[in-house]
Parts: sequence; structure tokens; C-alpha cells
Amino acid sequence: MLGNLAVQALSGLASAASLFLVAAGLTVIFGVTRIVNFAHGSFYMLGAYLGWTLATNLPRGHVPFWGGVVLAAVIVGLVGVVVELLLLRRIYKAPELFQLLATFGVVLVVQDAALWIWGPQDLLGPRAPGLRGAVYIFDSRFPLYDLVLIGIGIAVFLLLWLLFQRTRFGILVRAATADREMVGALGVNQRLLFTGVFFLGSALAGLAGALQVPRESVNLQMDLAIIAEAFVVVVVGGLGSLPGAALAALLLGQMQAFGILVFPQITLVLVFLVMAAVLVVRPYGLLGRAPAGHAASLHIVEPPIAPLSPRGRLVAAVALGLAMLAPLVLADYALVVMTEICVAILFAATLHFIMGPGGMASFGHAAYFGIGAYGAALLVKHLAAPMELSLLAAPFAAGIAGLAFGWFCVRLSGVYAAMLTMAFAQIAWSTAFQWVAFTGGDNGILGVWPPAWAVPKPVQAWGALVLCLGGAFLLRRMIFAPFGAALRAQRDSVLRAEAIGIDTMRTRWFAFAIAAAFAGLAGGLFAFTKGSVFPTYMNISRSTDGLLMVLLGGVQTVTGPIIGAIAYTGLHEQLLRLTDLWRAVLGAIIIALVLFFPRGLAGLGAKQ
Amino acid sequence: MTLLVVENLAKSFGGVHAVQGVSFSLAAGELLALIGPNGAGKSTCFNMLNGQLRPDQGRVVLAGQEITGKPPRQVWRMGVGRTFQITATFASLPVIENVQLALLSHRRRILRFWKPLAAEDPAEALALLERVGMADQAQRPCGVLAYGDLKRVELAIALANAPRLLLMDEPTAGMAPAERVALMALTARIARESGIGVLFTEHDMDVVFTHADRIMVLERGRLLAEGAPEAVRADPRVREVYLGHEGTH
Ligand SMILES: Nc1ncnc2c1ncn2[C@@H]1O[C@H](COP(=O)(O)OP(=O)(O)O)[C@@H](O)[C@H]1O
Ligand SMILES: [Mg+2]
Repeated sequence: MLGNLAVQALSGLASAASLFLVAAGLTVIFGVTRIVNFAHGSFYMLGAYLGWTLATNLPRGHVPFWGGVVLAAVIVGLVGVVVELLLLRRIYKAPELFQLLATFGVVLVVQDAALWIWGPQDLLGPRAPGLRGAVYIFDSRFPLYDLVLIGIGIAVFLLLWLLFQRTRFGILVRAATADREMVGALGVNQRLLFTGVFFLGSALAGLAGALQVPRESVNLQMDLAIIAEAFVVVVVGGLGSLPGAALAALLLGQMQAFGILVFPQITLVLVFLVMAAVLVVRPYGLLGRAPAGHAASLHIVEPPIAPLSPRGRLVAAVALGLAMLAPLVLADYALVVMTEICVAILFAATLHFIMGPGGMASFGHAAYFGIGAYGAALLVKHLAAPMELSLLAAPFAAGIAGLAFGWFCVRLSGVYAAMLTMAFAQIAWSTAFQWVAFTGGDNGILGVWPPAWAVPKPVQAWGALVLCLGGAFLLRRMIFAPFGAALRAQRDSVLRAEAIGIDTMRTRWFAFAIAAAFAGLAGGLFAFTKGSVFPTYMNISRSTDGLLMVLLGGVQTVTGPIIGAIAYTGLHEQLLRLTDLWRAVLGAIIIALVLFFPRGLAGLGAKQ
Repeated sequence: MTLLVVENLAKSFGGVHAVQGVSFSLAAGELLALIGPNGAGKSTCFNMLNGQLRPDQGRVVLAGQEITGKPPRQVWRMGVGRTFQITATFASLPVIENVQLALLSHRRRILRFWKPLAAEDPAEALALLERVGMADQAQRPCGVLAYGDLKRVELAIALANAPRLLLMDEPTAGMAPAERVALMALTARIARESGIGVLFTEHDMDVVFTHADRIMVLERGRLLAEGAPEAVRADPRVREVYLGHEGTH
């Protein structure tokens, strides 16, 4: 019993060690450059693949093995430098959301590069030489390698500590982290510092990845799995704080180790719940401090929005008329795409509602889409409810979730709010993923079919047109109505809004819940048109899809999300048909978009 | 009739004692000027009066009701309008909608989701804008206005809830001298007509001595002198610490 507990605590320490390595790199990069680097998980995955290649190809023995690990870390560090030089260096001044998206573009490119180089199958590496065995603690076995991993974690922490306390580089890093304005005063050194920090941070991620090879198989899902956890560690510890990352990694490692004994079904949920709780009590993390200097904001000064001109109305009416006639002539495949586009339009419109007029960031909007889809599917599966009722329940369930999650999210701002929305989305996702008995886990829920009258594709297309465009239209009305004006008002000036009696927090909260409810409707419709639901409906990728649609169309216009959703879905569809490497192409497009058209497609037409 | 009673108000930021034991009262229809060098604590006083800052000690009583520590929203609902030293308006909204929103909020009609704000009856908002001389720019977004014009819009917004008390923090900063006198003359007229009490800060001594019924001088968080303009002008301590350096702000 005692041995069991000790082993559990030790494995908690082992996972804390690798979590810390990844999170340390992420937090140092954020501290200096203020970039939330989504691609950090990809660097970790690259480190693992490179570590695998080196471990399997180099001769056996201590020196080649550990040499390979270090080499993998250095190569990944250099990849990080390339990404910094070619991409990030150009967007340090861009709004946070654009930076996040650009790094997500890198994620997609790396995913396909890894697929192309190493193939889709899981790779099992050799065990570390001389560390195959286990030690006995009381009467329980504990892998020797994990013990070494703990040692490496502690050693790296101490080395980093020395680096930051004793070297000029480290002192610059700390100064830049503590005070934004300092960085500007560094002059020429600044570029070198940023690149150096990227090398260090990426190499740490690569090291962590390479060290995983003897423990578990290497696969293409490692990047997003680790980045979510690393975000949690960094945010819980306090963005930019190295000791904070260490503390949070310890906390999370132990929680996962013991959580699995107590609540095996919800270990993932537990992790994100802790993050949400910490952020609510200490908005800047356990050891983080409120950023000095001015806080970067998500928004440039917003231009006013205008209702459609008479010509715009005519165009919209003609487009709508054509869309209503389309199901009479289009083939089933085209109708499926059309239905998907309708769903995407409503989803994008709901995200735009909180981002544009609301001025809030969401990196987890897919949660509400997914909760709507699952709400409907679960009713069908467990209660055999008819479609009509389930479709009503979808926005209801998502709206309730939006009220609950939103209550917390609207209290934070900037990166912290974005991270909290992502944490809630991960909670929803892991519930669907882990609670197999209720949600079917990874296999999802199948057989969510509509009744006979709604099976023909034209009927589905009409239904989607009416409900989705209707929903988008309602949201648009709200934006121009007093409520939406108040929403835009609090975005422009919280101070003035409060001074004329507008409860800004409540306004944001309602907007969040309204957007969630409509996103739930989109999810419910999607469930019935696909006949099934899966946890992927609320994963990070789907949240990012929504962001891409909104940014593609331009946050600043009300019509933007519609154009963005059509363009993105169309593009996605075409890419899927044209190439196996659609992720890489999509990633490249995202990066190009951020670099060259930060105002979105709708901004193309606008005169500068 | 006494409209506002302030007793022993104090606020520190870390080691900075921004306001230390300020007491005064203000009658309905009276224009009271709060003057003092930069950093004297004037804005901090305003922020405690409208609930933006919670005082460390002291009481604020409006028309017999204690409002100390109430949030700005509630203080506004009790009839206190304010303008800010650094203007705060809704940059992406047209001028008229800035005012309409305040009017709607006053009637608790913000939670409406269908009829566009632009389709609401503009008459009342236009009348307010007319009063401050901004009717001709009603359709321009606040983000493109000149600074002096923003100050006028702020006054229109502050008047939207038919306030009993107006708090105006440097209402004429950024305006040309002629404009300043005109705006304060307008404010004075409105205050007298509607019996509104006005507390304002101002660096332009012409404006202060022309329009204020009474003047308070604040220095390093303490009230140095208080009284009718002539008495304050004659006060040697005031001359020494404040009027002596006139023009350096
Ligand atoms: N939020 C704040 N935090 C810290 N110090 C403040 C804050 N607001 C004002 N102060 C300080 O309080 C003093 C009074 O400031 P303020 O009320 O703005 O003066 P005034 O409006 O008379 O120019 C100044 O020393 C100022 O630096
Ligand atoms: Mg001031």
C-alpha cells in the first residue's frame, strides 16, 4: 500500500519533469516575446520523432543514445530559430490572436511534414541502454528510466536557474520578461535576444520530446495533446514565470497520478478544472504578476459598422434566392457541401458575435458547437427523442454551458481569457472522450438520423439554410439593436459604459451565452446531417476553424464571418480533394494571410 | 438646498497620499470649482465621488442618501453625470448613438434585441446635441472627432440621465480659449435652469473666476482654502502655492 502510494507519487514526479521541460520553454518564450506559441507542441513532437530516428539508427550504447537526445534537442532548437526568423519576427507587433493563428499555421505544416517523413503509424523506440529495469520501493516496481527523467527535470531546472541568475543572457531575459519597455531599450540586442530565446525554448521542447521515446510510442497526436497541457502549466504557474511553471508542473503531475486512482474517468477534466479555478482566484497564475507596461490588446480601434447599402441588400436578396433554389438542381454531394457551409456560417457568426462586437477572444468556441451536437445526440440515443425536440435541446444545452463557462471567461481579458475559453473547451472535449459509458468516448455516438421526411438531401439543405441563415440574421439584428450597441460600447470603453449605467460584465456574459446557444444550434444540425457525433466536434482544431473563418472574413465587418465561412469551407473542401497534404497547404495559407492580409478578405475590398 | 455632502474623504496609492481628509458641500444649482496644481488629487476626488475608486475613509452623501463605495453604475442611476479628464466615448459609434445609448440606459431599455438603435426616435438625443453645439456632427463616429468636440459630446452624454449633480474633470482641456468660455457659460446656464449642482476642475483661471460661485483649492491632497472667488483670490496662501505659478500647467 505504502509502496503503491510512493510509486504513484514518483510517476507524478516523472510526468511533472517532462511537463516542466515543455512548459519552461513555452513560458520563457512568452515572457520575452509575448507570443503564445501554439507550435511549441509541434517542436515537442519533432523532438520525439527525431529522437526516435536517431535512437534507431545510431549504434547502441550510452554515448550514442544520450548524444542522440541532445542532438534532437539542438536540431529542434534550430527549427525554432528558422520559424522565428521567417515568421514570428514579422508579427511581434500584431494582435495576439493573429500571432496565435500564425503559430497554429506552423502546427499544421509540421503535422504534414511529420506525416510525410515518418508516416502515419505509431513508432516504438528502443528502451534507454542500461535503464530497462526497475527499482523496488517497498514492494512496488518503479521504472529506472522514470527515475532518471526526474533527475533530468531537476537538473534542467537548476541549470536554467543558473542561466537566468548568472549570465548576461539570463539577466536580459528576466529584464525583458518583467518589463516590456525594457526590450525596446535593448536596441540591436533585441533581435538576438528574441532569436536566442526561441532557440532555448524550442530546444527544451525538443529535449522533452526526445526523452519520451523510451517511455511511449511516438505519434502524430502528440503535438496538440502536449500543448494543451503545457498551456495549463504555464497559465497556472503564471505566464513568463519559470518557478511558476515548475510549481504548476509538480501540482499537475501529482494530480494526474493520484487523480487516476480516485477519479479515473475525469483525470483530464480535473486538470482543466484546476486551471479554471486558479485563473478565477488568481487571474495571473500562481506566481505570475500583472503585466507591467501597457497590456497588449486584441483589438485595433474598431471602425464603425454600417447596415447594408441598398445595393448590398439587393446582392444579399439575390444570393439568398439562388441558395433557396439550389437544392432543386444541385447533386447530393454539392448539397452536402452546401449544408456544411450553412452550418459553418452560423458557427462563424456566433464566434464573430463575441469577438467583433464583444471584443472578447475565444479559443474554445467549438465547446458550444460540440455541446449542442452531443446534447441532441444524447437525447436521441438515451431517450429516443425525436429530431424536432433534440434540435430544440441543442441550443438550450449549449446556452446553459455558455452561461456557466462564460461567467468565468468574461471576468478575464486578453490571453488569459483566451486560455480559459480553451480550458473549458478541453473540459468538454475530455468529458466526451473519457466518459465512454455515456458518450461513447472516441467512437462517438452513431445513428443520430433524422426522421424520414428530413432524410433527402434537398430537405436538409433547406432546413440548414433556414435555421442557420435565420440564426445568423438574428445575431445581426442583435448587433445593431440596443443590446449590440451596448456590447460594442463596452468594447470601446468600459469606463464610459459603466459611467452610463451599462453593466459591462453582464453584457459580455449574455453575449457569450447567446453566441453559445446559436453555436449549439449549429452543432445540433450538424449532428443530424452527419448522423453521428464525435469528440472531434469540440477539439482545438474545430475552434481554430471558427477563428480562421472569422479572421478570413475580417473581424471588423458584420458580413465578414459569412464570407469567411464560405471561403474557408470551400477551400477546405477543395484542398481535401486535391491533395493529401491539405494541412500543410492550409497552414501555409494561414501564415500568408496573417503576414499579408491581417484585415481579412473583407479588408481586401476596403480602400486603405 | 444641500445636494452633496463630502466628509473627510481620503485615498492613498501605496505610499502616495493622493487625497487626505477632504470635506465640503455643494448646493443644487451651484457651480463649485476645485482647483490645484497637477497631481493635487482632483481627479482622485472625482473618482471617489462617482464610485470609480473606493475611498480609504470618509463619506459621500447625495441628497441625504449615502453613496460611499457604490459602483459607478449605481451612482449614475442616482443622478450623477460625469465627464472625464481624458475623454471616454464609444469611438466606433456615431455621436448620436453615444447619446442615445445613455438615454436608453437611463430608461433601462438596453436589453432589447430586435429594433436597431439607429431606428429609435433621435429627437431627444438631437436636442441634447443641439444644446452642446454638436448636432451637425451627430452622424460622425466619435473616433474621428476633434478633442474639443469630444468634450462636448461627453457633456451631452452626462446630461442624458437628467442629472442632479455633474462632475466635470477638466471639461475644457484641449479647447481654444474662446471655446472654453462658451462651454462653461453653457454649463452654467444649464445648471441654473435645471438646478443642477456642478463640481468642476479647470486650469483656466478666467473660466474659473467668471463662472464659479465658489472655489476650493486643493494642494497635495488637502483643502487649502475654500470660499467665494474674491476671498480665494485674495488669500495669500493660495497666491503663494497656486496662483503664483499660474501658467505652468
Ligand atoms: N491609480 C493610481 N495609482 C497610483 N497613483 C495614483 C493613481 N491615480 C492617481 N495617483 C497619484 O495620486 C496623485 C493625485 O493624482 P490626481 O488625482 O490625478 O491629480 P490631479 O487630477 O489633481 O492632477 C498623483 O500623485 C498621482 O500620481
Ligand atoms: Mg486630474
